[in-house]
Amino acid sequence: MMEVKSQEEKAKKPELKARDFVSDQDIKWCPGCGDYAILKQMQSALPEIGVKKEDIVFVSGIGCSSRFPYYMNTFGMHSIHGRATAVAAGLKAARPELSTWIITGDGDALSIGGNHLIHILRRNPDVNIMLFNNQIYGLTKGQYSPTSELGKVTKSTPSGSIDHPFNPLSVCLGAGGTFIARAMDRDPKALKELIIETHKHKGSSLLEIYQNCPIFNDGAFSAFTDKETKKKETVYLKHGQPLIFGDKLQYGVKLDGVHPIVVNIEEEGQDGLWIHDETDKIKAYILTQLFDDPEAGGHLPRPFGIFYKEERFCYEDAMQAQVDHAREQKGDGDLEALLSGNNTWIVD
Amino acid sequence: MTTKEQLDQVTILLAGDSGDGIQLTGSQFTQTTALFGNDLSTFPDFPAEIRAPMGTIAGVSGFQIHFGSSEIYTPGDLSDVLVAFNAAALKKNLDRLKDRGIIICNTSGFDKRNLRLAQYEENPLLDDKLRENYQLIEIDVTKMTRDALSESGLGPKDRDRCKNMFVLGFIYWLFGRPMQGTVDFLDNKFKRKPEIAEANIKVLKAGYYYGDTVEAIPSTFEVSPAKMQRGTYRNIMGNQAMAIGLVAACKKAGLPLFFGGYPITPASDILHELAKHKNFNVKTFQAEDEIAGICTTIGAAFGGSLGVTASSGPGIALKGEAMGLAIMLELPLVIINVQRGGPSTGLPTKTEQSDLFQAMYGRNGEAPMPILAAASPKDCFATVYEACKLAIEHMTPVMVLSDGYIANGAEPWRFPEASSLEEISTKFVDEKDAEDFKPYGRDENLVRQWATPGMKGFEHRIGGLEKELESGNVSYDAKNHQTMINIRSEKVNKMANIIAKISPDSGELNGKLAVLGWGSTYGAIKTAVKGLILEGLDVAHIHLRHIHPMPKNLEEVLKSYDHVLIPELNDGQLIKMIREKFLIDAKGLSKVEGNPFAAGEITEAIKSYYS
Repeated sequence: MMEVKSQEEKAKKPELKARDFVSDQDIKWCPGCGDYAILKQMQSALPEIGVKKEDIVFVSGIGCSSRFPYYMNTFGMHSIHGRATAVAAGLKAARPELSTWIITGDGDALSIGGNHLIHILRRNPDVNIMLFNNQIYGLTKGQYSPTSELGKVTKSTPSGSIDHPFNPLSVCLGAGGTFIARAMDRDPKALKELIIETHKHKGSSLLEIYQNCPIFNDGAFSAFTDKETKKKETVYLKHGQPLIFGDKLQYGVKLDGVHPIVVNIEEEGQDGLWIHDETDKIKAYILTQLFDDPEAGGHLPRPFGIFYKEERFCYEDAMQAQVDHAREQKGDGDLEALLSGNNTWIVD
Repeated sequence: MTTKEQLDQVTILLAGDSGDGIQLTGSQFTQTTALFGNDLSTFPDFPAEIRAPMGTIAGVSGFQIHFGSSEIYTPGDLSDVLVAFNAAALKKNLDRLKDRGIIICNTSGFDKRNLRLAQYEENPLLDDKLRENYQLIEIDVTKMTRDALSESGLGPKDRDRCKNMFVLGFIYWLFGRPMQGTVDFLDNKFKRKPEIAEANIKVLKAGYYYGDTVEAIPSTFEVSPAKMQRGTYRNIMGNQAMAIGLVAACKKAGLPLFFGGYPITPASDILHELAKHKNFNVKTFQAEDEIAGICTTIGAAFGGSLGVTASSGPGIALKGEAMGLAIMLELPLVIINVQRGGPSTGLPTKTEQSDLFQAMYGRNGEAPMPILAAASPKDCFATVYEACKLAIEHMTPVMVLSDGYIANGAEPWRFPEASSLEEISTKFVDEKDAEDFKPYGRDENLVRQWATPGMKGFEHRIGGLEKELESGNVSYDAKNHQTMINIRSEKVNKMANIIAKISPDSGELNGKLAVLGWGSTYGAIKTAVKGLILEGLDVAHIHLRHIHPMPKNLEEVLKSYDHVLIPELNDGQLIKMIREKFLIDAKGLSKVEGNPFAAGEITEAIKSYYS
């Protein structure tokens, strides 16, 4: 049985390889940029989603990450700063059948395009938003971004940034997002899996990807990516599984009322650990608050994986349904009737 | 016994609180008058506030209708009849009434409170001068309405809301119009509240019979139907014509219509109208802001729809960057600017033509875009239809200029048959050509092809960075940039080969004076020029729809006159373009008061050339 099914699936899927998604353009990101890893995982994930190449569209805004569509051999548009979400919202509304991907960055999505981001999330069209967060403005050569930490010294903040940073996933969940997840460039396996999950989710999927900028903000996420610290500083969310982490998975997260606390499993056992439920919105809010500075004393680990998932109708389907309904009710538009209106008179 | 006086044309100005139902009264009188067979033109004039403080001058809403048994091109300069629902309405509009004109006033609107709010020290209705200069008809409309509804069971608020119908009934009587159209309208409007429909109809009839019974005026008026071109007519407002034109063009082209926009006065009615026509495969998207309004249409156009957005000056300013993107992407988009008074928030409900330079030059970089301007409410249809055709056949964003005056104004329209509308062809690629596809390859008109997602073998990337010739890849090459700048400019200029040549709308070529207009000044210029031609003056009216590119023969036509006069509702914008382009010593007539030109103002300016 299994084999028959997989053969059927094989027949349905176009036989695409990662290299089929590589465009003929030279890649111009800086050497060592985290964007390379994300591009590679995207190109390796797409053959597995079973969508024809010509039915895939990448739309981006402005910034380093937004050059991404040029490197994908699909349809693509490199639009203007902050507006990829709006462009994609229009494309998806007009062409619901297309697999629509948005490539954006922390400046593009959360600063200049903040308004479009929150509105696309509440409307919930079936698009996949890849938010490359490097906590810096790279293309304009190193100013602080809306996700840069307080006190950040950059060219535009020689005395340190006084802007309180956004918690991107908290913003997105608050805006009514139906799929909220986090990945990082240095964990390609999980990244690829999560890319595929964003495709599978019917609705707006928001995947925040921690991405290292080796030139202007090198090591921003080193606590989560360095061998020595990552196991202690990160917790992977798996639906139905307890929140455990550490070199020997010796720590767990527990809820004390509504406050998450870290417990030592070796000493206290597994009882009462927080079991991840990706459909629980209230708990998802708490998870997004696990956002401590890894330098701070008594801090909690940073979660990765799918925080929240919700089934909700998609904008483009509702819009199409209204068009279909109008056609059923009134028939296909009659141009003569439209031109004449309801009240006419004849001059002889 | 009341007699009947024959009139060729009449202008009525209805004025009252913005909550008095003035616009509804006006549109009902318009509809009835159109069906009666008069030619007409209307001009609603309302405050920006929805319910400005009652009884104040700031809160006065107006509706002017000019109708006649001959051709009508403007809503009229001064009115023959002023209906004043309250003291503020009289104070604000008395100087717009002709000497010996009729004032119909609601006396309960002239009580102490209303007089104080209108800043009258004495009741003007008691002023002998007013009675000497005008014919005053005083009616206690509020009381009559309440009396008519004394047994209706409605509360006092609901009863008072019907008082506009009393006035409508009265002016129907005054001008011998049938009431049936309005009766049907009320029945339909209040289908679910029959008691309200009944009350309104009762008051409408009470107003009509009141006039008949008390013989409020020695003579009623008769305005015979106009001798109009044979055909079938309907009444149309500018924004409505704009929406219908968009739908018609997409139907003809076989394209889905995607409208993305953000509500703004006075453009929102285009969105409202389009939202009613979903069965034409129309999708309307009320975006989170003006920028998303246009960006969603760019996305939809990339996907194979005609993208349309509409706004007014402040919104168009916000769309500037995205317009540049659409120019770079060479996708079919129609951008409608229903102009209003500026700068900044300016005068939202007033009219102006001051966004011409914004349309021409209001984007970063060398960003040429075709621009068309509509001349009247019904011309919005033909103008936007042509704009869609140019956008689709030339793969370019096109700007359409309208303004608050024609957007909300109405006139009879001898609408075309669907089959008579020009065909519109699309630039979609042929499936066979996937192998040799060049995203920025071009035909003889420099138009690129349209390959949309879903077309196998045509996968390509476009964007706002400069394009390499033909391949469309990103290019920073200096010479290539110059080439592409030239191509984008030449592509628009070449449209001059396709658009209609221009000829005088009134008058002859080779004369003493040409009055060159664009957009909504059409009616006022036409009325003035036709009148002066009848008086024997050698003057012509030339009206420009194609602002960019201009008709090929415009220079030649303008140079066939000794003088060129350019009236504009701005500080002189088209005139600068004409002088710069053709080195013609044109003179301007400029007015920026938020109101359209009166024909008389144009007449006066023309006459100065002949004294």
